[in-house]
Amino acid sequence: MTAVEKAARLASWLVAATVVVFLLGPLVVTVVVSFTSSSIYTLPPPEWSLRWYASLSQKSGLAEAVWLSVQIALLSTALALVLGTTAAIAVVRGRFAGREAIATFAVSPLMMPGLVVGVALLQAFRAVGFRDAWTSLILAHVIITLPFVVRTLLAALERFDFTLIDAARTLGLSYPQAVLKVLMPGLAPAFLTSGLFAFLASMDNYPISIFLTDARNKTLPIKMLQYLEEQPDPTLAAISTGLIVLALIVLAVGSRSVGLNRMVH
Amino acid sequence: MTAIRRIDGFAWLAAPALVYLGVLYAVPLALLLFKSLSTAGTFPSFAGYAEFFGDDFHLNILWRTLRVALLVTGLSLLVAYPTAFVLARARGVVQTIILVAMVLPLAVGVVVKTFAWSILFRSDGLLNKMLMGLGIADEPVRMLFTETALVIAAANIFLPFMVLPIYAVVRQLDPRLVEAAATLGATPLHAFFRVVVPLTLPGVVAGAAFVFSMAVSMYVIPSLIVGERSQTMAMLIARSYLFLRDEQLGSSMSAILLVIAVAVVLGSSALIRRLGGGRT
Repeated sequence: MTAVEKAARLASWLVAATVVVFLLGPLVVTVVVSFTSSSIYTLPPPEWSLRWYASLSQKSGLAEAVWLSVQIALLSTALALVLGTTAAIAVVRGRFAGREAIATFAVSPLMMPGLVVGVALLQAFRAVGFRDAWTSLILAHVIITLPFVVRTLLAALERFDFTLIDAARTLGLSYPQAVLKVLMPGLAPAFLTSGLFAFLASMDNYPISIFLTDARNKTLPIKMLQYLEEQPDPTLAAISTGLIVLALIVLAVGSRSVGLNRMVH
Repeated sequence: MTAIRRIDGFAWLAAPALVYLGVLYAVPLALLLFKSLSTAGTFPSFAGYAEFFGDDFHLNILWRTLRVALLVTGLSLLVAYPTAFVLARARGVVQTIILVAMVLPLAVGVVVKTFAWSILFRSDGLLNKMLMGLGIADEPVRMLFTETALVIAAANIFLPFMVLPIYAVVRQLDPRLVEAAATLGATPLHAFFRVVVPLTLPGVVAGAAFVFSMAVSMYVIPSLIVGERSQTMAMLIARSYLFLRDEQLGSSMSAILLVIAVAVVLGSSALIRRLGGGRT
């Protein structure tokens, strides 16, 4: 190895180490701050305390916001799994024109400005006189969750060996039985990872939800920003720590079943 | 039915998703574009665009939005490129640590991470204490409400979206190509710029397009880090809908942001195809 290569390699390792600290640092700081006894964000905390966790129960509307976000994330992810899987099968197995266009279209909301999609939906719902906040949030969040499902399922289906279905049918299964017993278990890891990321994306969404909520239906991110404006105390760090723990659980489940390396694709 | 069979039975499986996205995504966006081009019932009208482009205040916001998005993309590319190579070469625990550092922040969400940065940037925050402790600064540096803070926080939040596509192409890079280049007399630098860089370009373009399109339309990050004092396009759109009730201006600005995003998507995928990359 020449000196140039050695220097380049050392420099890249330094950058990578900095990146790891840069990426995980903010999360660590949030968790540490949530255990402070002080009402301002002094670091390190003067004393440790659980008072901000105790104050969670006094935050008005927090429990409702969490429950609303969970409902919307679960339902929109379930809907996206059905719509996304069928669409991905059509794209991978079909032999018709425009399949690539369908794939691009279904994944495109990931790269669209969320706020613009939110504004567009607000105007469209208003134009037809539709005013139910809960339902419009679910309908809108499918647009957020669908790209995750389509993207992951496309990759999984391209790897799937479809002659297995023919083999199962030769062994006496009907076509629906073969799909149920061979294809579905084969796709299970893809359902799991895409479902988890879709769920988290819905839980986190702010720019689309902000246009569709009303006074009674506020999702967690909207409530969090509202708390931050009203009373920026470390209760917010406690809520954030809860969300970080949720992310860690998701990551643990995902890496157990498919491995971290497959999760990033 | 026979005619349908001839088209392809599988095509019908795409129908539910296409109808859904058509009704709840494509049509609303088309309506928004239509609305941006009509005033008080007349179509076409460019009054909304005239209002936007005729005002230096708005043009400054557009320019700031594009500048911040470019800086965010540049900064994240700069650190993501070497990181992707390290990640591709790393094994065992080191690989797991880097992957966790990529995926965990993705799973945490923008609101939590932005909140974390707003703590770090405070004048009595950790970053200021470190700067003063190291003797770099004598008194607290104002970080919150600055564009630099915005760029750093946004680059941090979008960084995994830059690293992962580059990592995907670096992982498939055949190390023998570099050896072959060396055998043919190329210096390491020459081999890097003539062999490695061109082969990883599809990943770079995919990552840059993704980060740019997210940075140009980010809303939560600037509203918490810089606030109303220096607005971005997305903040102005939200304001014009939620507070000002100026939907003419709001829909025109939304259309401008939409055109930028669509141009980035189409441009980058055409570029990736030309560079010989697959679907990312």
